[in-house]
Amino acid sequence: MIARPVKALSSLVAVLLAAACTNSFEIPIETPILPKLDVGAFQRVLVAGFIAGGTEDVDGNLETTRLLRSQLRTKSQLRVIDSDVLPLVDVAAEGRDSGGAATAPPPIKEEKDLEAYEHVFANVEYWKKIGEEYQQPLIVTGTVMFTPLQRNSIVQREQEVYDSFGRRRVVPVRTYMERKGFSLDGRFIFIDGRSGATLHSESFGEQILYNANQTTPALSSYFELMDRLIPTFLSTLSSQKIKGTRILLQ
Amino acid sequence: MRTAAIPLAVFLLTLVTVPLQADARSDAKKQVEFGITVAQRGLWREAIYRWERAAQIDPSYAPAHNNLAIAYEHEGDLAKARTAYERALELEPGNALIKQNYELFREINDRTTRQGTQ
Repeated sequence: MIARPVKALSSLVAVLLAAACTNSFEIPIETPILPKLDVGAFQRVLVAGFIAGGTEDVDGNLETTRLLRSQLRTKSQLRVIDSDVLPLVDVAAEGRDSGGAATAPPPIKEEKDLEAYEHVFANVEYWKKIGEEYQQPLIVTGTVMFTPLQRNSIVQREQEVYDSFGRRRVVPVRTYMERKGFSLDGRFIFIDGRSGATLHSESFGEQILYNANQTTPALSSYFELMDRLIPTFLSTLSSQKIKGTRILLQ
Repeated sequence: MRTAAIPLAVFLLTLVTVPLQADARSDAKKQVEFGITVAQRGLWREAIYRWERAAQIDPSYAPAHNNLAIAYEHEGDLAKARTAYERALELEPGNALIKQNYELFREINDRTTRQGTQ
């Protein structure tokens, strides 16, 4: 239990001792990280829409498309195309029907329900057609599952206690706690609007939990989770700088 | 006669090479110091030049490799940074400051590698 703080303290002491014995200078650095995808061939980006499921309190397709468009407008060099959000669930369902399957795909409640729709991302002809319509942009699409979570578990919290002399002490108490929240899982898919082929895809997954008695609107939880994912999303398309400090030695 | 000459030759050789090594270290130190001054003013390219010179003059001088690694990191050349950190640690495996720099570097490098493979 105390091994970790002792180890951290000893390494800090070692660093301080070394610093005292050597001429050293702390210096701030910014490490540039190249984007994962070379988007040099594109001038425009179309956030087309998403196959979304989970809770009905948030329209995952509409909200994700809006949010990514606004982020790209301010944080990327690409021109963001304003268009209607594609109803990809319907597009995928039509694709299945034309393939001979008459049954309607199931509603998307769980991650496994997405499988019935995923074929739309591999439909090169469809994306090529969309690309031609919007002057061959980079197309962003994917899946979004925003689902309610419930976790009951033993958690440790601190509690004030007073002894017979009235002295205050804080002791750790383990209590059973009911917690509720949401999970946001899915995949960002980047498609070449010239060929309709998938260039890159990236899975994501985040969770947030609150005390059961806390009421948090689903939409605000959705934005909180998306806030965590945005940097990863943007780093696919544009370079980033990671700030830090290092020690120069003499 | 001949056996007495060998230790004498070794002694003379030591007398000649030790000052040479000391000179190399002193020259390398000067380059490293100048590199630090310019890096602190944001002139990283010049700093790299100085620290590369220092590493050439005295390849066993760990601070030159450590500083070079930092400069390469700043320039985004992560492969070169890793090589320079590893060389610095090879020369001074117990140096806590180099170890700390290397750990911080690895955190960034691992993150970018992970992202790249997804």
